[in-house]
Amino acid sequence: MNAIATDITAATAAAVDPAFVYVVYIQTTPQKVWDALTTPETQRLFWFGQHTQSDWKTGSPHTHVGADGAPNFSGEVLESDPPRKLTFTFLNSDRYPVMHAEGPSRASYLIEDVTTPGDRALTRLTLTHDGFSKLGSRSREGVSGGWTRILSNLKTLLETGVPLPAIKAG
Amino acid sequence: MDMDAVFRALADKSRRSLLDRLFGKNGQTLGELTEGLAMSRQAVSKHLAILEDANLVAAHRRGREKLHYLNPVPIAEIAVRWIGKYEHAQVEALLSLKDHLEKPE
Repeated sequence: MNAIATDITAATAAAVDPAFVYVVYIQTTPQKVWDALTTPETQRLFWFGQHTQSDWKTGSPHTHVGADGAPNFSGEVLESDPPRKLTFTFLNSDRYPVMHAEGPSRASYLIEDVTTPGDRALTRLTLTHDGFSKLGSRSREGVSGGWTRILSNLKTLLETGVPLPAIKAG
Repeated sequence: MDMDAVFRALADKSRRSLLDRLFGKNGQTLGELTEGLAMSRQAVSKHLAILEDANLVAAHRRGREKLHYLNPVPIAEIAVRWIGKYEHAQVEALLSLKDHLEKPE
């Protein structure tokens, strides 16, 4: 593919509407949300024992590792603006052949301080996931339920300090 | 997030049917959501505002248009609150059995 065609593909992908928009309000600061999402020790507490290896800098690779130590998905950090925004590509590992073959999609965290002045800290975390290869793809189904529980677990962890009992990802 | 707002929002048949429509097709405009419904555009808009306040619907801007997305996170919070560690698999199994048995032939 030549450079112009690549640019057009990228521009089209950017214009595609998200497949999912998930929002969770958490009584904490944006920095704590960012740290929880990017620190392996904390991640394991709300992400079914899984964590991500990355330095989370724009252009860096990231690999999400399952509780069994094998990679679940990986990709590239497209935009990193701590503690506000983190966008990365999302390719299921080849241990999921069908979803792997569907190619990469894109996930993004938007972290906003929505605290009412004089009130306790409140942060809105918005997760958007887009760029799936086609409607009704397996990858799309695969991530939809997962994100809901991950975000809900994260909220519980940050608000109570207590991780949830382990619930299977499947 | 206020759980009372979630239950109040869910306690209305029209609002549940709007969530069903978003579950069927995520990311719809007000116009698309109103199509084929016996409700006026104003009524749908009012219901959507209540769903948004309860964080059951998330909005995404596309230029001048506003797309509505089903946000199941508050419902997951409800499930997590009352479904225990060991019951999860059993509840899922019962739900799939129910789905299977109720599926039209």
